[in-house]
Amino acid sequence: MKYAFFSGCVSKGGCPELYPSALEVAKRVGITLDEQALEGAACTGAGVLQEKDKKLGDVLNARTFAMAEKKKLAIMTICSTCQGVMSQARYRIVNDDKYRAEINEILAEEGLKFKGDVVIKHLLWILVEDVGIEKLKPLITQPLEGLKVAPFYGCYIVRPSWALGLDDTPERERSLETIIELVGGEPVEFSGKNKCCGFPILTINEKASVKMVAKHTSTAKEEGADAMVTPCPLCHLNLDGYQPKASSTQDSSIDMPILHLPQLLGLSMGVDPSALGLKRHIISPAAALEKVGIKT
Amino acid sequence: MDVKLNVQRYDPEKKINSAYQQEYELDVPDEYTVLDTLIKVREDLDPTLALRCSCRASVCGSCAMRVNGQATLACKTKLKDVIKNDEASVGPAGNMPVIKDLIVDMKPFWNKLRQVEPYLQPEDEDPVTNERLASNESMVHLTGVMNCIMCGACVSDCTAMEVNPDFIGPAALAKAYRFVGDPRDGESKERLKELSKENGIWDCTRCFYCVEVCPKEVAPMEWIMELRDKAMEAGFTNNYGARHTLAFVGSVKNTGHLNETLLPIKTWGFFNLPKLIAFMPVALRAILRGKTPPLIHKKIKGYKKIKRVYERLESEK
Repeated sequence: MKYAFFSGCVSKGGCPELYPSALEVAKRVGITLDEQALEGAACTGAGVLQEKDKKLGDVLNARTFAMAEKKKLAIMTICSTCQGVMSQARYRIVNDDKYRAEINEILAEEGLKFKGDVVIKHLLWILVEDVGIEKLKPLITQPLEGLKVAPFYGCYIVRPSWALGLDDTPERERSLETIIELVGGEPVEFSGKNKCCGFPILTINEKASVKMVAKHTSTAKEEGADAMVTPCPLCHLNLDGYQPKASSTQDSSIDMPILHLPQLLGLSMGVDPSALGLKRHIISPAAALEKVGIKT
Repeated sequence: MDVKLNVQRYDPEKKINSAYQQEYELDVPDEYTVLDTLIKVREDLDPTLALRCSCRASVCGSCAMRVNGQATLACKTKLKDVIKNDEASVGPAGNMPVIKDLIVDMKPFWNKLRQVEPYLQPEDEDPVTNERLASNESMVHLTGVMNCIMCGACVSDCTAMEVNPDFIGPAALAKAYRFVGDPRDGESKERLKELSKENGIWDCTRCFYCVEVCPKEVAPMEWIMELRDKAMEAGFTNNYGARHTLAFVGSVKNTGHLNETLLPIKTWGFFNLPKLIAFMPVALRAILRGKTPPLIHKKIKGYKKIKRVYERLESEK
C-alpha cells in the first residue's frame, strides 16, 4: 500500500508532533509513504489563497495532482484542511472539461498534465477504507479501555459533502468514531463535532474564535469526554493552543486534551508516548492517559 | 412506513419556559416529505404543533427547519431519505429566537438583509434612456445569488453567527454580492467599504455550512469569498482579514508554502503593540513546549516554478 505523501505545512510547522506520529502509525499499519513524489508541490492554499484567486489555487493543486498521477500514486494527507481544499479543487476541475484544459495549458509549461483520475485520501479514510478495521485490530496491543473520546471532525473533512465523496463512501461520516472504538475507547457524542474550531478567524476576530474553542471543549467535557481527537492540525492549534484563553472566559479550567488522530492510534499500538510528541501539547493529556494506564 | 418523529417543542405560554422533546409515532406513505409528515401530525395527532409553511414546493422559503440537526426545507426533504432506524428528529432553525415550536422569529434575519441596502443604486439618477442595460453575461453570473429564497437555512447553521450574533451572515452577504456584482450599481465601492468593517465579510469562518445546507444551491460562502477579493481589489486592504490573505498569498508565491511565524505578525502589523503583547502568553507557552514552526522558513525545492504560475496568471488578468 503506497501513497504519495502530502504532509502539509502545519504538520512540520505549528504542530511538529503530528508528522512523526503519522509516519510511525503509517509504518506500523503497512503504509509506504513516498514524500519525494510530491517534492516541490505548493501549499494547497488552505482556502485563504483561494479568497484572492480561486483559479490560482486550482492550478497549484492540479500541479500536485499531476505529480501524483505521473507516479501512479494516490495522495495521502494528514490535514483535513489540505484534504478539503484539494478535494474541492479536484471536484471543480474534474467536472469542467474546458476549465481542465485551461489549467493543463499552464501545467504544460512544466511538462505536467492533470488527467483527472487522482485519488486524494486523508489518513483517516485510508485506515478505515484501504487498510480496513479487521487488519488493524491485531495491531491494537494496548487498548485504551474505556477512554471517553470526543470526535472533532471540524469542517473541511465533512463539507461540502459532494466534493468529499461522502455519498459514495458513507463510512467516512463515522470514521473517527470507528477509530475510537477500534482503539478500545468510547465515542462521546457532542454538539460541536462538525462545527468550526475558530482557527480561520483567529487573527481576525479572536473573541469569536476563542468562544468556539470554549464552547466545543466545554460541551465535550460536560458530555463526559476525557479527551478529544481531531484529524486536522489547524483545529488542534486552536482547540489546544487557545484553550487556556478559553478557560479564562469560564468559571473553571476546561482541561480538555486534544489528540491528533495518529497519536490516539499510536498510543493504542504501544508506541512510546515520547515518540508521539505529547509533551508539546499545551493541554497535557497526562491525566487522561493515566486513566488507561499510560504514563507520559 | 412507520416512523417515530422526535420534535423539539417550545410553548411560551407553558409554565416551564424551555424547549422539550415530544415523540410522535405515525404511519405515512413512502413519498411523504418531512413537511407532509408534520402536517399529518398536526391534523391527526396534535393540533397544538406550530409550524410555518406555504408553497410546499421549495419556492416560498417558509419551512426552513433542522432535520436531524441540519437546516433544510421541510417540503424539499423526503422523510425516507432522513430516517435512521425508523426515526428522525425535527427542530426549529438555529441562530434565531423561537416563537413557538418550529416557528422562529426572522426579524434579525430581515434586519441584516436591510443593512446591505438590497436594491440597485445606479450612478446616474436621470438616465438618458429609460432602461439601464446590462449584458447577458453579467446577469447570468448573478443567477446563482438570485436563486436565494431567503428561507434562512444558511443563517440557521452559520457557525460564525452562533458565537457572534452581530456577524452580518451568509444570506445578507450573498444578497450584497447580488448588487456589488451588478454592473448597473453605482455604490459597489461604498458597499465594499462597509462590508470590510467588523462583522462583515472577514468574519466568515469558511466552514461551508451555508454551502452544504442551502436548498437552492446559492452557496453563500463562495460569494463571500468573491466579495473579499473584490474588496481587496477596490483597495480595502487596511484590515486584519485582507492583510491575512495577502500575507498568505505572498508567502506561497515567494517560498512555495506558508510562513506560519510571520502570518499573524503581518496580519496585525509589525507595530501593533497591543495585539503583539496580547499574543505573547500564547506564543511563550508554545515556545516552551516546542510547539512552533522552524525558526528559519525555508523555501521549498523548485519554488521558482510556483512563482512562475503566479506570474503567468497575473499576466492573463
